[in-house]
Amino acid sequence: MDFLHSMAAVSAEELLSSAALVLLLWAAWGGDKAARAISVAAFAVLVAAAALALPALTAGAGGKAALAFDGHLKMDAFAAFAKLLIYLGAGVTLVIAPPFFDRFKAMRAEFPLLILLAALGMGIMVSANDMLTLYIGLELNSLAAYVLAALLRADGRSAEAGLKYFVLGSLASGMLLYGISLTYGFTGTTSFDGIRAVLGTGPLSVGATFGLVFVLIGLGFKISAAPMHMWTPDVYEGAPAPVTAFFATAPKVAALALLMRVCLDAFGGQVFAWKQIVICASLLSILWGAFGAIGQDNIKRLLAYSSINNVGFMLIGLAAGTAAGASAMLVYLAIYVVSSVAAFVIVLQLRDANGDAVESIADMAGLSRTRPGLAAGLAIVMFSLAGIPPLFGFWGKFLVFQAAVQAHMVVLAGLGIAASVIGAFYYLKVVKVLYFDEATDKVQGPGEFANTVLLVASSLFLSPLGYLLTRWLGALAGTAAASLFRFG
Amino acid sequence: MTSFPILSLMLLVPLVGAVISLMSGRETARMVALCATLIDLALGIVLWAHYDIGGAQWQFQEHADLFAGFSWKLGIDGIALMLIALTVFLMPICIGASWTAIEKRAGEYYAAFLFMETLMIGVFTAQDLFLFYIMFEAGLIPMYLIIGIWGGAERIYASYKFFLYTLLGSVLMLIAMFWMVNEAGTTDIPTLMQYDFPVQAQTWLFLAFFASFAVKMPMWPVHTWLPDAHVQAPTAGSVILAGVLLKMGGYGFIRFSLPMFPVASAHFAPMVWGLSIAAVVITSLIALVQNDMKKLIAYSSVAHMAIVTVGLFAFNRQGLEGSMVVMLSHGLVAGALFLAVGVIYDRLHTREIARYGGLAINMPYYALFFLLFTMASIGLPGTSGFVGEFLSLLGIYQQSSLIALISTTGIILGAAYMLYLYRRVVFGVQVHADTAAMPDLDAREWAMMVPLAVAVLWMGVYPETFMAPMRKDIGTLEARVAIAKPRGDADVKTVSRKAAATAAVALGAARVGGVK
Repeated sequence: MDFLHSMAAVSAEELLSSAALVLLLWAAWGGDKAARAISVAAFAVLVAAAALALPALTAGAGGKAALAFDGHLKMDAFAAFAKLLIYLGAGVTLVIAPPFFDRFKAMRAEFPLLILLAALGMGIMVSANDMLTLYIGLELNSLAAYVLAALLRADGRSAEAGLKYFVLGSLASGMLLYGISLTYGFTGTTSFDGIRAVLGTGPLSVGATFGLVFVLIGLGFKISAAPMHMWTPDVYEGAPAPVTAFFATAPKVAALALLMRVCLDAFGGQVFAWKQIVICASLLSILWGAFGAIGQDNIKRLLAYSSINNVGFMLIGLAAGTAAGASAMLVYLAIYVVSSVAAFVIVLQLRDANGDAVESIADMAGLSRTRPGLAAGLAIVMFSLAGIPPLFGFWGKFLVFQAAVQAHMVVLAGLGIAASVIGAFYYLKVVKVLYFDEATDKVQGPGEFANTVLLVASSLFLSPLGYLLTRWLGALAGTAAASLFRFG
Repeated sequence: MTSFPILSLMLLVPLVGAVISLMSGRETARMVALCATLIDLALGIVLWAHYDIGGAQWQFQEHADLFAGFSWKLGIDGIALMLIALTVFLMPICIGASWTAIEKRAGEYYAAFLFMETLMIGVFTAQDLFLFYIMFEAGLIPMYLIIGIWGGAERIYASYKFFLYTLLGSVLMLIAMFWMVNEAGTTDIPTLMQYDFPVQAQTWLFLAFFASFAVKMPMWPVHTWLPDAHVQAPTAGSVILAGVLLKMGGYGFIRFSLPMFPVASAHFAPMVWGLSIAAVVITSLIALVQNDMKKLIAYSSVAHMAIVTVGLFAFNRQGLEGSMVVMLSHGLVAGALFLAVGVIYDRLHTREIARYGGLAINMPYYALFFLLFTMASIGLPGTSGFVGEFLSLLGIYQQSSLIALISTTGIILGAAYMLYLYRRVVFGVQVHADTAAMPDLDAREWAMMVPLAVAVLWMGVYPETFMAPMRKDIGTLEARVAIAKPRGDADVKTVSRKAAATAAVALGAARVGGVK
């Protein structure tokens, strides 16, 4: 009975893993010729998995009823919200990738499989209710991600990105494991519920503090929060553009959701132990992301710094340590995922007459005259990432700062928002190049149909029309965040 | 009064126009823009005609729960009505000023202007704190594009400066707004205007709002974005910047700082006066030595807006009413002066004063209008400039004769730089052949100048038309700030012990009310 309940609760994961295995066989026999068909099938699997994950969110599942496999997994509304965003990111990657890889004759049958496996790993990450489940999910996702980064084997940058990601990622995983082992050593359990019960709300022992710090460092690497962000610009620049789009969306959601779960659930009684770490990481990320981006000329590197910057803002929501803060973070994540999708769809469309990628910002000069639609889309993304109203990106920042002020962290909110002005500078720089500079006519050629559809849809979402969704999005994120605070 | 959502319609018309002109060519776009702004002007007239003077404080209220966290809530009082009237009046003139001057990317240009109009009206009509903030901030994007794409040689530097300066000013206000909403439990502006915030908190809240409005206003020493933005913006951009955008700062003080934080406003009034008189003297002197016509008028704007802040922080009816009239008058006059500069700039493509001279000979009608607006800027009785400045200075005189004395030098210096400008441009001998060959105003320019001239004279001769709708609201505001009103240097003897005790009790009540 209990086992059946557990099996039913993880139906989305079952579907993903069995589909991945079946498609693996297809790939083994069909070879790279079948890559496109496998992509389509993988996309369909993701849609189905999303449909399976959705009921937990709408039902507001949480508490004991959501536990599966003796409390190793917690299939609550929070996990479902994160999973939907993860599947969205993965699905978009599957749509935008084939035309890109076809140009290099590098569309491999492994690609959709790796995406599926990564999505599976991320699904486990966000529903983890035990340190070991957490680690398994994280590694399943990471191993797939290392391979994805190096997918363009012939390209030195791609190989370098994969290697860097792997070496640094392994280091971070090591630290995470070390932290988990210390936590286990000083609490005697790996289960989140157990850790919370043992630690209570009293003072934290030195050993457990070390455990917490190492766990946070390991997770900080995954969300690319400063000062654990070093890998991000290189990997973003080197990895193939669709893969970068994937990295900017799904794994970011998964790692942030995981961080929220660890901080608010396992260490939920010890808010003051991690709050200062999160605040430091948040302000450092905002500043580092903002200053680092100013000198960048490569659009992918710029977006990498922008993602560091945005993670900093999301951490402000976490630092608030309240349900409102968690809900704000989830809304921010949702908007950020759409912004990233729009940004990378545009990056994919930026090609010169030979079809080679145009990545230098200087080469986009005057794009508003040669490709007005594309330029308008990029301008919307930039203003939205900068958090300038009336674009929808403002709403995410609005909510996290509101949550911080409600939690009486006015100084943090003030510092963070003042630092956002520095960030605005480089977003403005891109708009300046697009709109004010003389045209260079570097960017040529028509856009892909699927990309255009995605771009229009995401631009509309980021436009002021997005505000009409605030009630709906807020309600979903509120349900998800509430389930995070429902223990026992 | 009426259930017809006229305010939403006024917001929607330019927005729809913006979308249409974005997708069309130059000829269509400018027609669409003209029609949209004229429709809004007509709606504005209807609005004014149906405004019940002396009736309810908030009229034409609309409310729709469209969003989480804030709502679509509109409504106006007399003060907002006047500023909306100013906006819708200036917009068709801006479109007219761009009619032939804008050749490249006209569709985007008119779209930016129409979008701007929506946001400006939105600022003045919003009755929800966060809706106000969104409208207030959103104006940065179209203005950034207008300066950056269609501006002069140094446009990129100016556009950055404009954007980042005003953004930095505004974001702190947002944090203050969060705090206020958290404290008061509502985002409704009329309710917040009645709410007594704790006295200590008022200080911080006031400073956060001040950071935003002082930059927008702009007050010395954070005015430095304005000359750059003005000089580099196209003519219509300067008109709308001077005419309406600067008024958002003053509107902010009237709508937020004074009624919501009266105690802190009184506390900081000497600081505001100090900055204002510094601005009056310094920027007037700077204006005196400018070689660039637009820069001169930009600096004169800073000086005029300083008269506004002096009047606002006089805490009495004359000061408040005077400030509002200065704002309206400056909107018309500075707009008209930028337009006058634009007229000759379109002919000679330079703003350098030395390149002109003797225009009275070949452009007599132009010289006439320019003279009228110059005189209005100086504050000659009979023009709109006089009414407001006189009232403002009268208001501040009741508080501090010294501040009034120094502020009044602004009028003298204003006469100096404006007359000096006029002499160099319009009088004198015609040195340059190309300047002498410039034709006088054409029909389009007549159509823009005449309404402005009529409005300037009307406001100068019969200001009651413009002051009547605001009277009740100014009275409400005056009553609201009365509890904290600082004692003027003129009524040393008249203030009795009893009055002082009453004030202390009122302060204490405000404190207790805020704490709970």
